[in-house]
Amino acid sequence: MLANILGSLATVPGALPGAVAQGLIWGIMAIGVYITFRVLDIADLTVDGSLGTGGAVCIMLMLLGCNVWLAMLGAVIAGLLTGLMTGVFHTFMGIPAILAGILTQLSLYSINLKIMGKANQAINVDKYSLLVSLRWVRKAMLNNPLIMVAIIIVILIAFLYWFFGTELGSGLRATGANPNMSRAQGINTDLNKVLGLMVSNALVAFSGALLSQYQGFADVNMGRGAIVIGLAAVIIGEAIFGRIFRNFALRLLAVVFGSIIYYVVIQIVIQLGLDANLLKLLSALVVAVFLAVPYWKSRYFRRGVKVRKEAE
Amino acid sequence: MLELRDLYKTFNPGTVNEKRAIDGLSLTLEDGDFVTIIGGNGAGKSTVLNLISGAIPLDSGSICLDGKDITSLPEFKRAKYLGRVFQDPMMGTAATMGIEENLALANRRGARRGLRPGITSQERVRYREQLASLGLGLETRMTSKVGLLSGGQRQALTLLMATLKKPRLLLLDEHTAALDPKTADKVLQLTEEIVSRDSLTTLMVTHNMKQAIQYGNRLIMMDAGRIVVDIRGQEKKDLTVRDLLEKFNIENDRMLLSE
Ligand SMILES: Nc1ncnc2c1ncn2[C@@H]1O[C@H](COP(=O)(O)OP(=O)(O)OP(=O)(O)O)[C@@H](O)[C@H]1O
Ligand SMILES: [Mg+2]
Repeated sequence: MLANILGSLATVPGALPGAVAQGLIWGIMAIGVYITFRVLDIADLTVDGSLGTGGAVCIMLMLLGCNVWLAMLGAVIAGLLTGLMTGVFHTFMGIPAILAGILTQLSLYSINLKIMGKANQAINVDKYSLLVSLRWVRKAMLNNPLIMVAIIIVILIAFLYWFFGTELGSGLRATGANPNMSRAQGINTDLNKVLGLMVSNALVAFSGALLSQYQGFADVNMGRGAIVIGLAAVIIGEAIFGRIFRNFALRLLAVVFGSIIYYVVIQIVIQLGLDANLLKLLSALVVAVFLAVPYWKSRYFRRGVKVRKEAE
Repeated sequence: MLELRDLYKTFNPGTVNEKRAIDGLSLTLEDGDFVTIIGGNGAGKSTVLNLISGAIPLDSGSICLDGKDITSLPEFKRAKYLGRVFQDPMMGTAATMGIEENLALANRRGARRGLRPGITSQERVRYREQLASLGLGLETRMTSKVGLLSGGQRQALTLLMATLKKPRLLLLDEHTAALDPKTADKVLQLTEEIVSRDSLTTLMVTHNMKQAIQYGNRLIMMDAGRIVVDIRGQEKKDLTVRDLLEKFNIENDRMLLSE
């Protein structure tokens, strides 16, 4: 028994680069979730659809002969539009945010099918010049996903750090922190919510574009449960690095680390022989418990929390 | 400068909870007026302020500021002209953002927010001075999250934010009611200083009759969504709590208590 476990653990290092690469790619998606869930204080379920939209648009554009960067730009624009759709449902039509996200997500299922013409579109890594592929995960080259995606993430975080420090970005953060105060200070909170949803889903679609290249295909189901993975990454990142990473850029980095840790753990669990079909159940339960922690703290340990806050 | 004409507001119309909160209220303010508003619970004081700020929509009537009809402007656009401090200290600041960040947000009230830096180093210098003038030691905690401040500190900060960019009209809704007496006095004193320094036109709701008499050049009493008393000039100066009580037969416990 023990020998068995040790035996299967021994195969983990071999699978590690793949897990880390996936964690990095999903980390971009998780940053998108962080922007809605933590900055804007909205749980946006659009992501389950917009991840696939990003993948579908990227693959189809490349199959049509587009340059990979142009295809990725197309994915980002499509992501912006999915965020716009949810934003309009939520602000202009007054639909609660969660429901607005679900409506967009559902319609994106049809849209993604229409974009691809069928449920799944593969792309041949030998015939098209992809940015990343799981084939290269052990190669010493720039297109090794571990290197390429890491570079992209550094650039993205630098951009987001700058953006959220501008007047516009500060207004967006204020909108999430206190909409009442924001309007009293002349901030158009509706517009900012739409903007935040757009930025978030653009990141998610970008992540989907990378993911589809990495795995060599886009699939209409590739985003199913994405919100849970994103939340798991955010929560893991905060739980482990929350006390030391105070700066906004570092917080985003913590989300990426959270995503990597999530995929590494999943990899280990799978190698230990867990039925892969149970993974989503497991992820959902873990996220549920972590989401409950702040509530339990405030309910059962009120004084403890308060004392700690004052000590800060 | 401010002209409210025939304001009506009914909450939950057509339901059992229907409530006419404002009932044909009209009011004209002169430039530099400092008006205190008193009235029992549910008289409609907060609602008037919320109608002026656009936080809640009007049923009918019109609101003009400096001759400009602002009735149909959304709340965030009216903010250009208004400084507001609320009763709830949580309401006026962003708890998860720093003190200086909150001030920087307030400093851009009414301006376009683009891709320029959200705060500059010159601003920091200015904020440090202004925070020091509050005398609460906040100037040494510029980057602290506002959520860590006490209620009184938050109200003082909100007051500073409301007046950082000089508003045409300052709206104060029982902004000291949630504070202990000493802190409340301090914040009121600050209010008085800032209002007279910048000669701000001000509407201040209070439950404390003494305060209503002590501050301002005009006193308004509301009841059931209307203005029932309007005292100004010399009469306001000579007014005592006893006068008010006798003259208008006030039977509101909360007001008697705070005498
Ligand atoms: N959002 C709302 N929905 C329904 N009814 C409301 C709402 N806001 C206020 N009211 C009702 O309108 C009336 C006036 O309320 P308002 O808050 O203006 O009173 P107030 O004079 O500020 O009282 P207080 O001294 O208690 O603050 C009250 O009867 C109140 O119940
Ligand atoms: Mg009130």
